[in-house]
Amino acid sequence: MPDDRKKKPKTTAEAKIPGAYEGETVSRRRFMTTSAHTAGGIATAAFTLPALGMAFGPVFEKHEQQWEVVGPTADFPDDTYIPRTLTISRGIGEVGKTTVYVRKYNDKLDHEAKDEYNDYVAISTRCMHLGCPVRYVEASERFICPCHGGVYDIEGTVSGGPPVRPLDRFYTRVRSGNVEVGPRYSLNSELRRFSPRDPGMPIDGVGQYVYPARPTVRKIPGT
Amino acid sequence: MAITPERPKTTERPEPAAPKEPSPRKEKLQDKGISTVDWLDERTSLSAGTRWLLFRKIPRGTNWFYTLGSASMFAFLSQAVTGVFLAMYYDPSATRAYESVRYLTNEVFLGEFVRGMHKWGSTVMVILVFLHMARTFFFGAYKYPRELNWVIGVVLLILTLFMSFTGYLLPFDQRSYWATTVGVAINGTGPLVGPYLSDFLRAGPEFTTTTLARFYAIHMLLLPAIIAAMIGAHLYLVARLGTTAPPWIRADTSPELREDKA
Repeated sequence: MPDDRKKKPKTTAEAKIPGAYEGETVSRRRFMTTSAHTAGGIATAAFTLPALGMAFGPVFEKHEQQWEVVGPTADFPDDTYIPRTLTISRGIGEVGKTTVYVRKYNDKLDHEAKDEYNDYVAISTRCMHLGCPVRYVEASERFICPCHGGVYDIEGTVSGGPPVRPLDRFYTRVRSGNVEVGPRYSLNSELRRFSPRDPGMPIDGVGQYVYPARPTVRKIPGT
Repeated sequence: MAITPERPKTTERPEPAAPKEPSPRKEKLQDKGISTVDWLDERTSLSAGTRWLLFRKIPRGTNWFYTLGSASMFAFLSQAVTGVFLAMYYDPSATRAYESVRYLTNEVFLGEFVRGMHKWGSTVMVILVFLHMARTFFFGAYKYPRELNWVIGVVLLILTLFMSFTGYLLPFDQRSYWATTVGVAINGTGPLVGPYLSDFLRAGPEFTTTTLARFYAIHMLLLPAIIAAMIGAHLYLVARLGTTAPPWIRADTSPELREDKA
């Protein structure tokens, strides 16, 4: 079968380009154009890539959460919550603080598996609908969100409204008679621990894959 | 003696018809003006460009609804100008932002007024952009050959809403803080990319001072630049393609009438 396609000329002389040199495969004009474009591309990339790297870097940086003393163990009963202030972002005053509700682990009440990190239960006030601050109402033993009507029971599991999963918690430990609150973690509806997710992300079933854990925040391995 | 052309000496006895002629001073000024414009035009061809952009033929039936686009553009210009001057007082740090806005509002001469223009102007701009979009839709002005201009318009609408979102955080009071917390959480509910998008917006897993600086930079540098460029493209296409007649203006059907007009 004859090849109908035009044979691509190998040299500029074959292509009948005026001023072709013997054995030249690229015309000087094309060479100049290509080098100028390449130089422009490299120059643009040289300032664009570092700038983009700076903008997207925080998505991949690990964020360390310090352990912070919230009070002596005697402060916290096992049937109701004591609010404490926790600094989650340093150096920016009030904005970097959040409220955490702390009580002693209660065998009759709690369903979360007992281990070294939950002698004291520390519940985050971040509503799992869209992140508004919930407050604990002692009379009804419920956490109530002011924004869109999310309601949680004393364990922090959803008892009504739009939230998609139980309230986040913080790891706790006891050091020299003081309760210390550490990194945040999320829970599915069976109160199993997951790396922290943002509000609005269900982590039951496929949810944990649809809303993957981020490199910035991880639960303590093996918990 | 050299022969010099005789000139009437009008200065010695003023004629009663003098007001008919422009005074030499005024003539001189006019000449100066014309020569300046000519100098510029010779080097830029601005007059041709201006004629191309502004002195276009427009279809019969063009009405007040066709001013919504210009209105949106002037809303943007107003936001841009007031924004620049607000930026002279604003401090985008988590500890100083609220205080700087309070100072701007309560202490600075006309501060409250300019801030008010920016605040209410943003709402006005969103409303105008939507009305402009509705006009385009109901008049069928998005059809061939103006599809691309519709697409650019939609991009401009989205950018305008991004502006509203990023600007809402800047006063840094309780309302803006929690509204942004909720807004970022809504962004995060997008499957797969959502969690990373939230981290990008906050510059990390928690709301920090970087979040505020980031929103500020996006609000006052990135988005305005893109919007200005997009408005340029939008206007170029409007001038190039012309505007559409309203749908109730029908093409003449009688061939005689058409001939008469020609």
